[in-house]
Amino acid sequence: MKIETRREQFEPPSVLGNFLRKLHIDIPLFMALLLASMLSLLVLYSAGSQEMDILVRQASRVGLAFVFMTVLAHIDPYQFKRYATVLFSLGILLLLAVLIMGQIGKGAQRWLDLGIFRFQPSEMIKITTPMMIAWYLAEHPLPPKTKELFIATVLIIIPTLLIAKQPDLGTALLVASSGAGVLFFAGLSWRFMFAIVGTLASLTPIIWHFMHGYQRDRVLTFLNPEADPLGRGYHIIQSKIAIGSGGIYGKGWLGSTQSELDFLPESSTDFIFAVFAEEFGLLGCLGLLTLYLLIIARSLYIASQAQDSFSRLLAGSLAFTFFVYVFVNIGMVVGVLPVVGVPLPLISYGGTSIVTLLAGFGILMSIHTHKKFR
Amino acid sequence: MSNMYAIKDHSFENQLFINRIVIAFIIIILLTSGLIARLIYLQIVGNAHYSSLAKDNSIKIVPLVPARGIIYDRKGRVLAENTPSYSLEIIPEQIKDMDDILLRLQKLLDISNEEIEQFQKLRKRQKRFASTPLLLSMTDEELAKFAVVRPYFLGVDIHTQLVRHYPYSDLTAHVVGYVGRINETELKELPIAEYRGSSHIGKLGVENSYENELHGKTGYAEIETNVQARLLNTLNEVNPDPGTNLYLTLDIDLQKTAYEALAGFNGAVVAIDIATGGVLVFVSRPGFDPNPFVVGISNDTYQALQSSENQPLYNRALRGLYPPGSTVKPFVALAGLEYGAINPEQKLYCPGYYQLPGVSHKYRDWKKGGHGSVDLNQALTESCDVYFYRLASMLGIDNMYNFLQKFGFGEKTGIDLMGEKSGLLPSREWKLDKKNQAWYPGETLITGIGQGYLQVTPLQLARATATLANKGKVVTPFLVGNIVNSQGSHQRTGANNNDIPLNQDNINTVINGMINVIHSEHGTAKGINRNISYQIAGKTGTAQVTGIKQGAKYNENNIDFKFRDHALFVSFAPANAPKIAVAVVVENGGHGGSVAAPIAGQVIKQFLQDYHEN
Repeated sequence: MKIETRREQFEPPSVLGNFLRKLHIDIPLFMALLLASMLSLLVLYSAGSQEMDILVRQASRVGLAFVFMTVLAHIDPYQFKRYATVLFSLGILLLLAVLIMGQIGKGAQRWLDLGIFRFQPSEMIKITTPMMIAWYLAEHPLPPKTKELFIATVLIIIPTLLIAKQPDLGTALLVASSGAGVLFFAGLSWRFMFAIVGTLASLTPIIWHFMHGYQRDRVLTFLNPEADPLGRGYHIIQSKIAIGSGGIYGKGWLGSTQSELDFLPESSTDFIFAVFAEEFGLLGCLGLLTLYLLIIARSLYIASQAQDSFSRLLAGSLAFTFFVYVFVNIGMVVGVLPVVGVPLPLISYGGTSIVTLLAGFGILMSIHTHKKFR
Repeated sequence: MSNMYAIKDHSFENQLFINRIVIAFIIIILLTSGLIARLIYLQIVGNAHYSSLAKDNSIKIVPLVPARGIIYDRKGRVLAENTPSYSLEIIPEQIKDMDDILLRLQKLLDISNEEIEQFQKLRKRQKRFASTPLLLSMTDEELAKFAVVRPYFLGVDIHTQLVRHYPYSDLTAHVVGYVGRINETELKELPIAEYRGSSHIGKLGVENSYENELHGKTGYAEIETNVQARLLNTLNEVNPDPGTNLYLTLDIDLQKTAYEALAGFNGAVVAIDIATGGVLVFVSRPGFDPNPFVVGISNDTYQALQSSENQPLYNRALRGLYPPGSTVKPFVALAGLEYGAINPEQKLYCPGYYQLPGVSHKYRDWKKGGHGSVDLNQALTESCDVYFYRLASMLGIDNMYNFLQKFGFGEKTGIDLMGEKSGLLPSREWKLDKKNQAWYPGETLITGIGQGYLQVTPLQLARATATLANKGKVVTPFLVGNIVNSQGSHQRTGANNNDIPLNQDNINTVINGMINVIHSEHGTAKGINRNISYQIAGKTGTAQVTGIKQGAKYNENNIDFKFRDHALFVSFAPANAPKIAVAVVVENGGHGGSVAAPIAGQVIKQFLQDYHEN
């Protein structure tokens, strides 16, 4: 801390710069996230039938998420490392609580009612899982040995299965990939990676057996959407029509006819990319993807500059998971991946996902702005 | 800290990590390129194709909702139908000054401020071009009033839709059930395609258990619409397959008789056609009007139903658990004969109480002073408790459990309704498992007179009685007798495949005792034997609601109504060739003979009259 204060004295005094440094905010990342959030409100206004209500609600959630991000950015990453085990265990306990309550209530349940707001433990676990794995692997020399790999894998599988049981396939996928991300950045050998992929492929029939009926429907529909135009295939067909009809330049803001005419369901949530693509065309899509890539690149850069293994692994995984988010959502909307319930990060309507996402970026900023020496 | 475990090579780890970052970024770029390629394919190559699909004239697939199957009683009288309902709807997009329109409409028609509020709320949630209801179920007068001025209200129109209606209201609520709006949990489990366009689903009763049959098959039409979502042309149509019509075994006249006979009390009446198992009467009183549930019941009305002391939403016939009281005695008597614990001529002395050897507790008879020496027939006729205490003691709980189980005590009857309760037939194992206690001899005694842990539903009681009347041929009750759809009709019967092997002399002995309950001068239900040309076999029962202290006297007049005994009666007729079995439970009715038996008497009388006329 001393060194840092001394450095500040030598830098040219800039009011804004000083202020932001005190806030522990990474300006490039902050600006990109802000831009994405603005874009989100713009698209939501169109996708949500130009409802001010929806817009105000989302704007306040985004505001809250930004505050939360700033708070997390303030915390020294050492604290994340210190409490990784506690936070992870707490998350698992809460997941179990939700599962048990769901069983009592005889229905799928994902949240705990805390009176003021509903809390989804699965959202918390999205952050605490990579934190836990990063902490565990950083305690040992890298790349991890077989024993560490085994324990890490178990640590990933527990929350993944608990969430898949809820059932929330999308979130389970994200949690699994956040853990896998840590393993990858820790230097998991390629041979091992191929072995895992091979095992998963051979497990497919077993996974199929344990899937819920509606989850199977989604996979089948993905393979052949035209077979069921009135039912499950409806989403994918309508989504492709919306995107394809957008062309290069798009139909312009508020010009989406497909969502407007109610052809496109879930146009504000999981399928918002289709509305975006219809209104802003291929050029708009390229712009959005570029924005996403900038956020990812900046996050990976932050990871590469991090000073200890824990921070590096955590930062790398957060960046990687963000990409998985983007890829899975857009992949499903354009019809190259099956429909799993994953929102388009930073753009889709919904409170919980944006808070978790920005919490992740808060941690990235914390890692970047709490360096002990340069 | 990490050095505690092993030595870390920091520069190697750093290099490894940077390598991985680079590889990750390359993978990300590659996958993103894949997405971009797909977007190019859709938006440039496929643009012309998709544009034509999405263009001004869009093809939309609209579901064609099938008409829900009608539910009739056994004689074809409609119990659930689809009636047209007219609603006043507004398309917000076409209205320039909404406040003005609403004010003018309010002047013209009787529209409450709450309805306006509701409309405003709905409007916010829907698309601007979507037709939004303002006034539901309009009367003929309102329709006429609006028809005259319709040209002056552009964007306001009358919509017709079919709404489920239950003409018999509370009389059939617990049998037919009702449909209600599909909720979120149901939506998750429903086949989406089949229910596209459907707003309602069976929630209770036959509407619920026969949802698949009643719903029908959704059809669809491919229609061309313009940008305002207005219909231009229908291209292709697959007609919906209407839902199956159901004919219940219920007789609405009998149902009405039973329901009205129960007036002033809470309780249940179940009557079964012995030959088939078809349920003729299925009454749970009080009922409730199911019609508000269809259009969306108001919170106040629902709360009132929920919190009512009489619990109208509670299906007593299906789910009500009552101690059977003395109505269990015919079955215990039969068990005694079948197991050879007693012979019918053997007389047992009843001093008005019974004591287990070495125990001071007195198990009392309902008749102070006792019945004197009684044989089995008299014990049934006069409902002598002491006789059955002794018989139960001789049989033992294990034999009683095994025998009563065969008549369906303690298990669901398997009727075609959801939510049936299985009641409780206690056994040694049950008590050890649930209460972690051994079985006491005293508990055997009170089980023998239908008290203690033993609990039955009225439906179970009716079924057991029908099986007894059927001389051991097990009767399975069911409600839907005939399923009629476009492919023809399908007659259903209860599966009568397992018979209880019984000695026919024994069963005739018990039936004779049950005949005397009604037709002998000492019978506990002799009040119903007047003016009938046939014989009824039956058994009265009185079930204690609260325990009475040793030495205390039960006095009906001193006791709060809700603690008064439940009155029960089981019966079948004609006794020599049984056609109908009836079980009656009157909550807090007092005496089985004076309150419950006449209700069964009325049902039997009407049924047999009708039977002979047709």
